[in-house]
Amino acid sequence: MINTESGSGPLVQSPRSPSSQSQYIAVSVLDPAKMGNGVQAYISYKVITRTNFPEYDGPEKIVIRRYSDFVWLRDRLFEKYKGVFIPPVPEKSTVEKFRFSAEFIEMRRKALDVFVNRVASHQELQHSEDLRIFLTVDEQTMERARSQETGIFKKKPADLMQIFKDVQSKVSDVVLGKEKPVEESSPEYEKLKNYVFQLEDHLAEAQKHAYRLVKRHRELGQSLSDFGKAVKLLGECEGNALGKAFSELGAKSEILSVHLQKEAQNLLMNFEEPLKDYVRSVQSIKATIAERANAFRQHCELAEAIKFKEIDMNKLRLTRSDKLYDAEHEYEELKAEGAEAWRRFEKIVKLMNEEIVRFQEQKTVDLGVAFHEFALGQAQLANSIASAWRSLLPKLEACSS
Amino acid sequence: MGSGKNPKPNNGEREEFLHPLCADDKLQTLTLTGDGENNFNGQVSTSDSYSHYRSAMTTLSSSSSTEQPLFPPPSVVSDPLLFPPQSPSLDSPSYADVMFHPFPETNGNGEISGDDAISSPISQSSSSDFLRISVSDPLKEFEPSNSIVPGGNTYVSYLITTSTNVADYEGSDFSVRRRFKDVVTLSDRLSEGYRGFFIPPRPDKSLVESQVMQKQEFVEQRRVELEKYLKRLARHPTIRKSDELRVFLTVKGRMPLPTSIDVASRMLDGAVRLPKQLLGESSCVIEPQDVVHSAKGGRDMLRFFKEFKQSVVNDWGNARPSVEEEDKEFLEKKLRLKDHEQHLTNASQQAESFVKAQQEMGEIMGELGLAFIKLTKFETEQTTSNTQKVRAADMKNVATAAVKTSRLYRELNAHNMKHFDSLHEHMGMMLAVHNAFADRSSALLTVQTLISELSALHSRADKLETSSSKIFGGDKSRVRKLEDLKDAIRVTEDAKSCATKEYERIKENNRTEIQRLDEERKADFVNMLKGFVKNQVAYSEKIGIEWTKVAEETSRYAREST
Repeated sequence: MINTESGSGPLVQSPRSPSSQSQYIAVSVLDPAKMGNGVQAYISYKVITRTNFPEYDGPEKIVIRRYSDFVWLRDRLFEKYKGVFIPPVPEKSTVEKFRFSAEFIEMRRKALDVFVNRVASHQELQHSEDLRIFLTVDEQTMERARSQETGIFKKKPADLMQIFKDVQSKVSDVVLGKEKPVEESSPEYEKLKNYVFQLEDHLAEAQKHAYRLVKRHRELGQSLSDFGKAVKLLGECEGNALGKAFSELGAKSEILSVHLQKEAQNLLMNFEEPLKDYVRSVQSIKATIAERANAFRQHCELAEAIKFKEIDMNKLRLTRSDKLYDAEHEYEELKAEGAEAWRRFEKIVKLMNEEIVRFQEQKTVDLGVAFHEFALGQAQLANSIASAWRSLLPKLEACSS
Repeated sequence: MGSGKNPKPNNGEREEFLHPLCADDKLQTLTLTGDGENNFNGQVSTSDSYSHYRSAMTTLSSSSSTEQPLFPPPSVVSDPLLFPPQSPSLDSPSYADVMFHPFPETNGNGEISGDDAISSPISQSSSSDFLRISVSDPLKEFEPSNSIVPGGNTYVSYLITTSTNVADYEGSDFSVRRRFKDVVTLSDRLSEGYRGFFIPPRPDKSLVESQVMQKQEFVEQRRVELEKYLKRLARHPTIRKSDELRVFLTVKGRMPLPTSIDVASRMLDGAVRLPKQLLGESSCVIEPQDVVHSAKGGRDMLRFFKEFKQSVVNDWGNARPSVEEEDKEFLEKKLRLKDHEQHLTNASQQAESFVKAQQEMGEIMGELGLAFIKLTKFETEQTTSNTQKVRAADMKNVATAAVKTSRLYRELNAHNMKHFDSLHEHMGMMLAVHNAFADRSSALLTVQTLISELSALHSRADKLETSSSKIFGGDKSRVRKLEDLKDAIRVTEDAKSCATKEYERIKENNRTEIQRLDEERKADFVNMLKGFVKNQVAYSEKIGIEWTKVAEETSRYAREST
């Protein structure tokens, strides 16, 4: 089952749900429109949902959303569904002047469409209340919900990475009075961590080169256009058959310049963007790994606390202190918390294992599609270049006769 | 990740230039063959990343047995761009054959003189004689100073090897040592001896300090330029028969051509003579034998000033000069050539930019390919599922195609640079055209000056005659003055007729040269276009084949919705 990423989300089914045949949900993100003026200006998108999920009233719903709403959804899902690889949202734009360029807006729209559809097709995430809110409430309600997201709930992946790093630092060790790091030490976990971190590096490099490839296509196109113009002028100077040949050469150059610009655009949308998306997904996994480490640390801390509490309790028992009752009570509470922490951690591990499998399968397909588009584009470009130049040869033969 | 790039070639160089891959530690895991590659100047390219690149190709190609490394083996053939017969796995359409033919294309005239890796495809005169020149083996030499100041200076000498069957040369193979100063001398003597001809311009003198002069890069650049210059001279139908060139190429030891006196000495000599001329003690007429040379290069300051005055009169005076440039056809051609020069310069620049852009395209393809190779290895090593194996295989296909494309771009660009050399060459010839036209103007100025001189002398003589006829019996000194004047008039008449002959000669040279250059340029450009287009076709087809393969291999991912 291939999840396509075009604007009109097709039929999507969760393969593991037993009653999957009757349930569907498809979302489209369309019609970007500039709203407001000056510094406050932003882009709004139309989000159209078609579903027969029971929790949604009605088969179709249309709402208006902006970028920060999508970010809100992602953050909420990240908080609630620890262990799941939350689909990434496209980055904020770092350069002000590109914020409203047609190219940037279109790429963002596509990426947001992909994001929402991935959420909607995920077995766990698709029934989340936050998704329903996102897809159905009016703009004012959405704005209220969004502005509540300050403080504890709003944790950026950067913050989580900090937590992750803290886990690896010796500080917590000193606090707990231990030397060894508070981290999982299973080989599978180590392997996974290494894999994810190194994968990000490799992918980032490939994506960087892909982006430069796009630029080179544009530059080659431009230079071919300039060359064509210069050659045409030279042809006018020369006159006769040679002059005509030059003019033809110039004309072909200009045509090919257009082809190159088109291919640059194709590369950007269908090759570079999927690679970027891959990088974002891996970064999202890193955030999930941080959550896992967090949960593990909490479990460890509680386990330590429980141990100490037990020692305390036994001491009090021996001395027949009247603080014993309270201590026993606290001990039981801690044990319950400890059990809960362990359960949370185990759930994350289980989810992650499932997610990894799903992720790998999906990425092979996504990358395969991107490669296919890339190869197709390059082949077409090369062939059109060859045929354009080939058409000049008879005229050139005529020159020398 | 640092990039292990060779220095960028300049316009004329044919060094193995930038290759697409960066040296990277992670490539250590690939087998390294480590052999360098000879480029056609006999130098070994020592870049490590180049051998990484080769081994990357070896790793990639090991799986497909039909692939044959398309690198030329380091062989006795000096030009790596002369490929062995095409590899069997590539059955591309007919035009692909073309790129395996060495340059230049013969036009059915048999031998092409100056045949060498550097020369651009050229048309040839119908004669079958050849004059092959090569410049090699730069050596540092020491010249003891012959002034009072002790110590000497070092200079670089080059080995000039000639092989020819031209009759005048009395021999078939020569080899002499020359330094750059000698080349300047040759160039100056040719300018004097062949006024009106389009003499190929010599390489520039360099205003750099002696330390830089001895750096290998600089010396190599100069060697290439010298070789090109001599080849161009050998290509010119008139110059190649000149004594000056012959002597330069064949006479061992010190070059026997008279050296140019530096400007300061000339000025000094002229300045010394001038007062004597003005006082009438030294001859102040322009001698007939001098008129064949331009006033500027000589020691006759008076003549120089006279001609300068004449030029001012031409420009600012009310009367038109008695003789002037009348040849309309010439004036038209001159304008056309000026136009041409402008467009040629523009086209030459754009061609260079285009080559550079294509080069960068090839490089980034290579880097992209490398990145995917690394990813492939990574996924393969870290594989925990079948799907990763599939993905690794997909990546490898893409990487292979990207690396191959990168190499194809590199090869294509090497060809393109050669082709576009014609543009650059003809742009360079414009300087020679300017010089030839300057010769013409200068000769005309001499004629005009002499005519003015004559008329001045005649009017002085007339005045003297009328005034002396008033005195009965005549005045001995006045009679003598009249005699002197009559002498001067005679000499000046001779000079004028010489100058006029010289002027006509130069005009004729201009005319024939314009025609010759036009034909040569047209032929060169036709060849250039043919070669360029054929190569672009061939390589684009090859690149298309590579990507079509990958598209087929990934066709199962094709979107159903499109």
